[in-house]
Amino acid sequence: MTEYILLRHRDIEGIDQLEVYRKNGGYEAFEQVVKKQTPQQVIDEVKAAGLRGRGGAGFPTGVKWSFLTPDVYPRYVVANADESEPGTFKDREIMEHNPYQFLEGVAICAYAAQANVAYVYCRGEFWDLAHRLETKIEALYEAKLLGKKLFGTDFSLDIYVHLGAGAYICGEETALLESLEGKLGQPRLRPPFPAAEGLFAKPTVVNNVETLTNLPPIITRGADWYRTIGTEKSPGPKVFSLSGHVERPGNYELPLGSTFRELIYEHGGGIRGGRRIKGIMPAGASAPLLAATDEVLDTPMDYESVPAIGSQLGSASIIVMDESVDISWMVYKTSSFFKHESCGKCTPCREGTYWMYHVTKRIQEGNASPEDIELLDSVARGIQGKCLCALGEFALMPVISGIEHFRADFQTHTGDRT
Amino acid sequence: MLADNHQAEIERILSKYPPDQKRAAVLPLLYLAQHTYGCITEDAIDEIAALLELDPTQVGGLTGFYTLLHDKQEGKYRIQICTDLPCALRGAEAFAKEVCTNLGIQLGETTDDGLVTVEGVMCLAGCDKAPMFQLQDDEGIHYHENQDVSSTMGLIEELRQRGSDD
Repeated sequence: MTEYILLRHRDIEGIDQLEVYRKNGGYEAFEQVVKKQTPQQVIDEVKAAGLRGRGGAGFPTGVKWSFLTPDVYPRYVVANADESEPGTFKDREIMEHNPYQFLEGVAICAYAAQANVAYVYCRGEFWDLAHRLETKIEALYEAKLLGKKLFGTDFSLDIYVHLGAGAYICGEETALLESLEGKLGQPRLRPPFPAAEGLFAKPTVVNNVETLTNLPPIITRGADWYRTIGTEKSPGPKVFSLSGHVERPGNYELPLGSTFRELIYEHGGGIRGGRRIKGIMPAGASAPLLAATDEVLDTPMDYESVPAIGSQLGSASIIVMDESVDISWMVYKTSSFFKHESCGKCTPCREGTYWMYHVTKRIQEGNASPEDIELLDSVARGIQGKCLCALGEFALMPVISGIEHFRADFQTHTGDRT
Repeated sequence: MLADNHQAEIERILSKYPPDQKRAAVLPLLYLAQHTYGCITEDAIDEIAALLELDPTQVGGLTGFYTLLHDKQEGKYRIQICTDLPCALRGAEAFAKEVCTNLGIQLGETTDDGLVTVEGVMCLAGCDKAPMFQLQDDEGIHYHENQDVSSTMGLIEELRQRGSDD
């Protein structure tokens, strides 16, 4: 890509300062919508752009906004800055280095949703970042870009930063809302969805940081321009977080639909030490593992193509593993993660992650029998489709796909022990 | 009492939420208690519960759920190394082990002088800069990235100096 749209700080030095951001067109989009557009026009523009949620689900953002229960106020907007998926570090870079584009996106979203209060729910570990964001927000109040009667209209907006306290599950939007309300971060039964009963039981929009950061350029440059980037069904730019055994791990902003090969070999510099690639986790720990065949490497990374080869794009956190990785160890690591992060509310996830962790641990320690591989597979399949939220479903994906593609890696640990 | 020394901060926290939704202030108030007392004490739980008109169990239960809240004092500094999959692929497990060996402790333990606790934690969103950890102290949480054993031992030495200056 010739120009950064989301990671604009890589093109423009000092864009984390409000005056620099404004000199480069910052807050023109927010002023334009507040002064000249109706909330419905903003929703229509975002729908026309085809923006899809960047937190993982890929749901059309404008459509999500249009589900808000009509005529019920107050409403809330919550920015999901609980970035906790293993391998995902894109929202952090956006908020650290291009914070005003994100905050302008929050403001545009709030106007479209007709919300006068927005919260930025930051994971607690982003302590320093959250405090920096608060100073950015103060500067916005001083510049009269937040507060009462903005741009001489009747629209008012306050933005507050709220820190979580260490729980992966709070990235799930209803768990996040519970946590923001001061409760245990456990997912809610849906319906009602947040658009009907969200924060404090009021209509609420919850959007990911990167999603919101797409809004200012969509408003300024229009849906038609936005659709020139990416694919027909997955338009726009995406920040791909690349980690694992590559020469140059990091965030790469590319059009949706770029291939794994392009990301890993062209941008990431290929596999460290010139080794061979073995597997790819395309959505952090939360999607099926892909064996890195030529077919997989040449697959476009978008919301349609990755599911077509049996996985998910999710938040586009691509974890690359070379030939030295024992996939049974990888499955042990992801199972440890999900066992630790299961909130305990629903039985299939709470028990399933517990057992998957213990069986994978047994395999790692060399104490497992050949039947334990089938046991592990059957526990995973046993909880499939039965969990309250996606966490449990995520937990079983590396297990089932790991055994399916790399059974031999498990078998080397489970000799006949009779 | 928190209210004795932190009245302005308590009011600032409460002002962020609707007056009839005070419960939302519980996590920020628990952080305030933790930074004041080094951990979340039973007295602090009672005080926060009274302030927010909650039952103490509704406040205390949160400390067991959220990993950044602690109900007992460990080391003055917690070095929390990410040993999750992406960091582990870049050597974080070996790094954590070596740091612990240098300190004569196991992962999860505290040094004899009570200064440093080293723990393994889940993903911190710093995967491209592994090995990395967060340092939790009584003021907040700070990230240290692109670490090696010598840079980390250097930092721990600085913390020791800081500790003896206090």
